[in-house]
Amino acid sequence: MSSSSHSSDHGSVKSYVTGLVLSLVLTVIPFGAIMLGSFSMPMNVGIIVVTAVLQVLVQLVMFMHLNFKSEDGWNMLSFVFTISILVLVIGGSLWIMQHLHLNMMIG
Amino acid sequence: MATETQHLDAHAEEHEHHDAAGTKVFGFWVYLMSDLVIFGSLFAAYAVLMKGTAGGPTGADIFELPLILGGTFALLISSFTFGMGVLAMNANRVGQVKMWLVITFILGLGFLGMELYEFHHLINEGYGPDRSGFLSAFFTLVGTHGLHVTFGMIWILVMLVQLSTKGLTDKTRPRILCLSLFWHFLDIVWICVFSFVYLMGVL
Repeated sequence: MSSSSHSSDHGSVKSYVTGLVLSLVLTVIPFGAIMLGSFSMPMNVGIIVVTAVLQVLVQLVMFMHLNFKSEDGWNMLSFVFTISILVLVIGGSLWIMQHLHLNMMIG
Repeated sequence: MATETQHLDAHAEEHEHHDAAGTKVFGFWVYLMSDLVIFGSLFAAYAVLMKGTAGGPTGADIFELPLILGGTFALLISSFTFGMGVLAMNANRVGQVKMWLVITFILGLGFLGMELYEFHHLINEGYGPDRSGFLSAFFTLVGTHGLHVTFGMIWILVMLVQLSTKGLTDKTRPRILCLSLFWHFLDIVWICVFSFVYLMGVL
């Protein structure tokens, strides 16, 4: 990859091609694993979660150019803030609903 | 005093002109973060309602992975072609920008076709959003993403018209950058959808 700051801000053909290849590979792996159905349940869940997280990171870095420098770090700060909100909203909802479910003895 | 203010204004204007594009794109980034919270809430609702099938079909009964894989490839490649369009914009090649936008639009259309086919098929089978809590949450989450893709495609058409009439200017460039962020963002949301809804759903 070129070392000039311009290309690191807007990406280069090489970084986009790398991003595309990585995301295609990280898509084929979980689809292949599930469609072939040759792994155990915990293994399948692990494959899906790990490839999903990796692929989101690939897209953020290679395509959206998220880093600690753009806009003096405000892009990253707002992103980290949003992720913490998401952890609260999704984690909190699941936690509360799980307890409600247990307390009401449904199912 | 007056000249000083004038001088400051001129300086501020110049500064504003220089930073306007960056500020617009950052503002759009903040909008995307709020959109992410919307999708996060829909994911939470889906996770809570996932097992509420009310005697209806489960994910394993209705999800067709080969179809989803096809749509996923279309969307992933369209993210790449939009990136190529941004590179063409940086190189001031307006014709190439338009070409990449058209390719992105066609791939987006392919993805949307896949999704509409799936929805149409499910509703025909009697598995519409009114069938169970699971299907309500599923249609809301996936449909909201599809609606975003639709608006992204309308935005692509608008930018194609603006590129033809105005060309690459200080006004159209930030718009293309914002649209590219929007498009990549939809790709990221889709990664979470195919991983946690479709793949986890058929386990």
